[in-house]
Amino acid sequence: MIKSIKTWILVGFASLLLVACGQSGGGAGSKKSKTLENTKKAGFVKCGVSQGLPGFSNADASGNWTGIDVDVCRAVAAAVLGDADKVKYTPLSAKERFTALTSGEIDVLARNTTWTLSRDADIGLTFVGVNFYDGQGFMVRKNSGINSVSDFKNGISACTNTGTTTELNMRDFFNSKNISYEPIAFEKADEVVQAYDAGRCDTYTTDKSGLAAQRTKMSNPDEHKVLPETISKEPLGPVVRQGDAVWEDIVRWSLNTMIEAEEYGINSSNASSLKDSENPAIKRLVGSEGELGAAFGLDNEWSLRIIEQVGNYGESYKKHIADTGILPNRGPNQLWTKGGILYVPPAR
Amino acid sequence: MNLKNFKIDLKNKKRLIPQVLTISFIIFVIAYFSYNAQINMGNRGISFGYGFLSQEASFDITFSMIDYDGSYSYGRAFLVGLLNTLLVSIIGIILCTVLGVTIGIGRLSQNYLIAKAAEWYVEIFRNIPLLLQIFFWYYGALRLLPLPENAISFSDISYLTIKGWYVPKFIWTNFSIFLSSVVVSIFAIFYVFNYAKKQREEIGKHVPAGFISLGIIIILPMITFLVGGVSLNFQYPELNQLSDTVYNFKGGVSIIPELISLALALSMYTATFVAENVRAGIEGVGKGQKEAAASIGLTRGQILKLVVMPQALRIIIPPTTNQYLNLTKNSSLAAAIAYPDIVLVFAGTALMQTGRAIEIISITMGTYLFLSLTISVLMNSYNKKMAIKEK
Repeated sequence: MIKSIKTWILVGFASLLLVACGQSGGGAGSKKSKTLENTKKAGFVKCGVSQGLPGFSNADASGNWTGIDVDVCRAVAAAVLGDADKVKYTPLSAKERFTALTSGEIDVLARNTTWTLSRDADIGLTFVGVNFYDGQGFMVRKNSGINSVSDFKNGISACTNTGTTTELNMRDFFNSKNISYEPIAFEKADEVVQAYDAGRCDTYTTDKSGLAAQRTKMSNPDEHKVLPETISKEPLGPVVRQGDAVWEDIVRWSLNTMIEAEEYGINSSNASSLKDSENPAIKRLVGSEGELGAAFGLDNEWSLRIIEQVGNYGESYKKHIADTGILPNRGPNQLWTKGGILYVPPAR
Repeated sequence: MNLKNFKIDLKNKKRLIPQVLTISFIIFVIAYFSYNAQINMGNRGISFGYGFLSQEASFDITFSMIDYDGSYSYGRAFLVGLLNTLLVSIIGIILCTVLGVTIGIGRLSQNYLIAKAAEWYVEIFRNIPLLLQIFFWYYGALRLLPLPENAISFSDISYLTIKGWYVPKFIWTNFSIFLSSVVVSIFAIFYVFNYAKKQREEIGKHVPAGFISLGIIIILPMITFLVGGVSLNFQYPELNQLSDTVYNFKGGVSIIPELISLALALSMYTATFVAENVRAGIEGVGKGQKEAAASIGLTRGQILKLVVMPQALRIIIPPTTNQYLNLTKNSSLAAAIAYPDIVLVFAGTALMQTGRAIEIISITMGTYLFLSLTISVLMNSYNKKMAIKEK
């Protein structure tokens, strides 16, 4: 018996020693920007996108990704690697997206993700800005006789995506209106569309841009309409991991550059000709004045490449959201100078 | 007993070394992984803890067997998911057993048509992936059902629609009296069976226990209706208009299509394996046994009940336990069709809202482990009861 106790103590001691060894070897020092270094080494930006949301991130038949979320990743690739096409896209469900980012599978999450306090503060993520101001709405069949959310009655069934803020907003909304409802939450957006289209549920709720985009996938888009009310604030924006301030700044200012370029009238076709502009703000954006890139360890033409290869925010919006008929009217996603709320800090 | 084994091992030190090495290796691996996770979570600013379980969940769930809405905690949401998993597993296990036994016996039928039909059933449903079968029932079959206004009606008391199967709701008065009468009947039946066995073994007298039990279970609860003040009313589902073209059913109970398709797919798939086990079990009983039983004048029913089944069960139970475990674990495919089981509700929505991947996945894995072990223990004890008793 004594012998057996001795053995156990020995085993315990040995394992403690092993754990201690692990401890001394495991400490990870934080360098300047590990993510930037790794991205340069790999030769592509690891970008998380949706599984297919027209206008935001959607792959065509030959696998090319387009959309305003995709353009954020392309802008980062243009700034960091000099080529907007050097992006590796990882389609993610709403459920997978944050884990993929925190685990390092992707470095930028540009997937119509709502910026909220708990997401920003609690789970190791940092939102770098807003590339689309959205709000949650409802879609119903045109012939349903429902013309506003006040026509909803007890017992209505509502389809949405699981693991999204819409699931929470929906509850807040129906609770505040004192309406009992049947929530049906699917994992993939396509499953929600299919369920609503087949009549499993009476209304489909998600961000209004999403509704407009998904409507195009219905068997008969003209049979459906989006109700006028907006029940929540949904500022959608790119997300990075917490703890790499330099990378965070690169992504933030890649997005800001696109918006500021539109503000100063710089677009993909006139950018290089504006190098000799009179306006110092324009000169800074096209890289002929100042040393802005140095702050992130990039060259001075990083912002010029973004504008030339990806375009400014207005071009991106027009190409992906307006011209595709999803939301022709820019609404709040207009520059502050033109009555919208797009306002970014100055690049200087 | 372990201690005894350990002492024997100590006598032979050579045998001890690999054991110590194995144990320390396992401890090392666990310690390394948890340490690694801790460091990485620390680096990424992710906190760790189970405190979130008491926070308000603030999301609703379609279908719940206990009181739940978004104002309850994540812990409660976990319970809702767990109960939903249990519900679909229990329904699945019962259906697959009934179906499996029927088809298993059917395969041995002398009737060519029945035997062939059973064989085809097994070959078809066994060889199509379960997920596809779930999709078939959900997206294929049940999506073709009509909207509520055109519901398929079963004599106006039950309706089948794309939104679910609406059945009448039972409204009991004094349900507790009724329930206790059923419990008392069950105890009485146990007593009758024991008494019958004793009579048969001691004085060889045959007591018709089956008929007496049937009488007890019918008469006793009936008395409570007549004198106990128990009554049962049905609330029938009624079509309810929500707007010009939107209808649903009010009153009654709605069985959601997600549950129906999952239960159907799980039981029809697993039934094929159960059927094969049943066939193997019955065929595994020696022909001589049946012939011997027939030669002493037992009827066909008696042969099956007294000679074949007790022996066949020994062969059937262990692999069928595996099938029950598989069915329970496969129920996690619910997430694919929005049935709010533990994976969809807890490892899905709750994980997303809290971001606590490690905590939630560990709880979910622990839960499945617990469920599986419980089923194993139950089935093993049944197996022991059925095993050959050496006297």
